[in-house]
Amino acid sequence: MTDDKVPAIRLSGVSKRFGEKVVLDAIDLTVPKGQSLVVLGKSGIGKSVLLKHIIGLLKPDAGTVEIDGQDLWTLKPVERDQLRRKFGMSFQEGALFDSMTVGQNIAFPLKRHTKLSRADVKARVAECLGLVHLEGIEDKRTSELSGGMRRRVGFARAIALQPEILLFDEPTTGLDPVTTDALVRVIDTIEERFNPTMVIITHDLKVAFALAERVAMLAGGKIHIDLPPREFEACDDPQVQALVKGDSTILTEEPDLVGGAAR
Amino acid sequence: MRTLEALGNLLLRFLTDIGRFFILAGETFRGFLRPPYDIRAWATQIVRVGFDSLPVVLVTAVFTGGVMALQTFKGFARFHAEGYVGSVVALSMLRELAPVLTGLMVAGRAGSAMAAELGSMRVTEQIDALISLATDPVQYLFVPRVLAGIVVMPFLVALGNGTGILGGYLVAVRLQGANPVVYMNNTFQFLELNDLWSGLIKSAVFGGLLTLIGCQKGYDTTGGAEGVGRSTTSAVVTGSLAVLVSDFFLTKILF
Repeated sequence: MTDDKVPAIRLSGVSKRFGEKVVLDAIDLTVPKGQSLVVLGKSGIGKSVLLKHIIGLLKPDAGTVEIDGQDLWTLKPVERDQLRRKFGMSFQEGALFDSMTVGQNIAFPLKRHTKLSRADVKARVAECLGLVHLEGIEDKRTSELSGGMRRRVGFARAIALQPEILLFDEPTTGLDPVTTDALVRVIDTIEERFNPTMVIITHDLKVAFALAERVAMLAGGKIHIDLPPREFEACDDPQVQALVKGDSTILTEEPDLVGGAAR
Repeated sequence: MRTLEALGNLLLRFLTDIGRFFILAGETFRGFLRPPYDIRAWATQIVRVGFDSLPVVLVTAVFTGGVMALQTFKGFARFHAEGYVGSVVALSMLRELAPVLTGLMVAGRAGSAMAAELGSMRVTEQIDALISLATDPVQYLFVPRVLAGIVVMPFLVALGNGTGILGGYLVAVRLQGANPVVYMNNTFQFLELNDLWSGLIKSAVFGGLLTLIGCQKGYDTTGGAEGVGRSTTSAVVTGSLAVLVSDFFLTKILF
């Protein structure tokens, strides 16, 4: 175990551009162990890009990404993979492997990275599915699942290795309010159970305030605001208020309607 | 000026593509030697590339052998050399036609399927999910497919050789009235073991090339469903070209 004072995640001066467009502009961000950080921002502003830098799916053009004090990009690929075992990541649409059943999806990291017996893997898969309230669907094909179920199976796969750091990419986007609430409760349970460091990307304020110990807002390639939830809500910054009230007229500049999720 | 810029861009893209290919090829070959060895995935791919390609490869071979016999018979009759039809059919099947045509068929079937599969995985973030689960996607996806291509192609070609010779025999004996015993004798009279080996070795190289290209095109897919379509087409075109071009150089240098 590493020292508790070393932050779980530390981004220093991380910049990224796609073609001409600067998406991240020298971002500094530190997340201490066990904290849950919600990153808010408009669609297409680079929230997912930020998240992908934390786990090393994208390599920064400049700056460093440190996980538990280890610089992700000075490590050898094998060591980087080793470090990634501390992570669990849930993707926007679940990103389940469609060539496998639900059970095989969740068992994938267990079979690959642990020496658990077949029975133990099965038990762990059932346990993970129980945590997301989807008992007994091991043998279903992923194509049979609804959007909300896919995400929950994605959560189950992400927590299979009991990761120290959990990343959620828009866990509730495109779902109805009831399903959203159910998912928030699931994430809450996961947090109580494992106390992981969490980074959650969303533009849903209800989700943000329900889960966050800290709210950061991404705008113009920078961390624009970084506050505890209550103070964030009360902050009189026009960008924050526009997001809180869902009112684009507060902003002086036109919202970027052509922007969309990266890639 | 604009034309020059477009040309430059085209060249740049071409060179990037080639560079990408060699990087991923290097990673794949390193993956061959590194655990975990995913035998089950490998077996699945052998079935998909090999067994599932069998019908189309055999049909291609039997008709190619047949048409070779038909054509050479016509030509050779002009200088009374009908007796050598069997030799020509066997020699051209073993050295050239079976490996190349099988390569083209497998590029169309398996290479495109790999590009489509990996491309869909890319655009639905499944490849990102693999990485996030601490799994090297090149090792997990490329290695079993490329290894299957290298191992399976020689077997397909060997079977293609047999059916091709059979096709030639049927046409010559049944349609053109050649003497079956003489034809069979002629078939094997001038063959050397080297003819067989050269075809099989070439085909193993083709198998590696076209599966690598299929995987790479899929892996580097961008732009949603349309992008998957582009990758699939590109896998077939590039794979087929790679087979034809490398065939020339392999034949020239090695055999």
